[in-house]
Amino acid sequence: MATEPQTAIEPKADRPGVLGTLRAALEHLGGWVLRVLIRLGYIGRFAVAVVRFSGPSFARFGLVMREIYFAGVLSLVIISVSGLFVGMVLGLQGYDTLVRYGSANALGTLVALSLLRELGPVVAALLFASRAGSAITAEIGLMKATEQLAAMEMMAVEPIARVVAPRFWGGVISMPLLAAIFSAVGIFGGYVVGVLIVGLDSGSFWSQMQSAVDLRDDLLNGVIKSFVFGVAVTLIAVFEGYDAAPTAEGVSGATTRTVVTSALVILALDVVMTALMFRGI
Amino acid sequence: MNRNRLLDLWVGIFVMLGILALAFLALRAANASTFSSGVTYTVQARFDNVGSLKVRAPVRSAGVMVGRVSSISFDPETYEAVVQFTVATAYQFPKDTAAKILTAGLLGEQYIGLSAGGDTVMLKEGDVLHLTQSAVVLETLIGQFLYNKAAEGKPAESKPAEGGDAKGAASSK
Repeated sequence: MATEPQTAIEPKADRPGVLGTLRAALEHLGGWVLRVLIRLGYIGRFAVAVVRFSGPSFARFGLVMREIYFAGVLSLVIISVSGLFVGMVLGLQGYDTLVRYGSANALGTLVALSLLRELGPVVAALLFASRAGSAITAEIGLMKATEQLAAMEMMAVEPIARVVAPRFWGGVISMPLLAAIFSAVGIFGGYVVGVLIVGLDSGSFWSQMQSAVDLRDDLLNGVIKSFVFGVAVTLIAVFEGYDAAPTAEGVSGATTRTVVTSALVILALDVVMTALMFRGI
Repeated sequence: MNRNRLLDLWVGIFVMLGILALAFLALRAANASTFSSGVTYTVQARFDNVGSLKVRAPVRSAGVMVGRVSSISFDPETYEAVVQFTVATAYQFPKDTAAKILTAGLLGEQYIGLSAGGDTVMLKEGDVLHLTQSAVVLETLIGQFLYNKAAEGKPAESKPAEGGDAKGAASSK
């Protein structure tokens, strides 16, 4: 099998030939697959290192506090304003559809379930990735470009322990809280539209919601989702920053990659977790 | 130091807000006050047909939720559906309580309705309910209705011709 193509290609050796381009394409594809695998392995090794060097950031919790401030507190405004708008839109759209079936009183259920199960964790994580994740990547990337990380290594300070791990834990702690705030403000937005503007009965709005929303199936699963998203987004953000090429261009590329990869990973993880969590219910 | 304390204050406010949001969601949206853990006892009931009853469907008595369905399985010996459900220990039912599979509204979910009997002995962990009524399957209901209509219609149609014979034929079918 190996000899036959060779004899066939011999007469037209002056042209690159179909086999030549095919081979180049295959080599290209193989190289790409190898690069992806190497990068995945590197991310895995990096994640293990972050967890291994997490001790100091809990011993000096002030470091984590600072990162919760930058990742969480500074994201509060965008998270709560977006949550309010998303809840209000859900209220308007849901009312428009439900009123055709004469079940406008189920609006509370619709708003609460959509927010708790899906929109709260997912939209909050997307916003978190673009607001806090990009900032983390840019900060670490710039520290690398200005050789601050190398300087730390010279002083026998492990940069992963001093710079990366506090940011990672700050993000992981902030994310579920932000998602919960998003959902709570969103439900309030749905209440504003449903009860205060459209004029549904406030009692049936809340009681229908309470009878349909389950503490474990809906609320707890939503919190688990937001925690997983927090781990994924923050890990991607610190990794892209740590891995950035130490140039202005490298930092900008890493910041873009953080937002794009985070968004894709959030949505892919969401599909997997939703399939696992809400299969039989 | 001063700046650090301000930062701590903000982080504290943020964490408090997050916990408040979670508490709001748990108490106001999800209603944690209805029992979800608590002390319960498990009772079994066998049905010919459970319809579309699902695990975690509510168990109600007089319209009030008293428990949840914990498992549904098929018994290959008797060809019956075996439904296990938990009832809060606060609610005690007589041993001859009947279980029916009912539907909430016209298109709503199915649930188990308990109607208490008159026995003085109460149900306890692992007991089996003997009085059960299966889910109503719409196709069977429509089939029965059509059959009855056909049985009704036949004698009425042929009455003018020969009354007695046609009636006898319809009823014998």
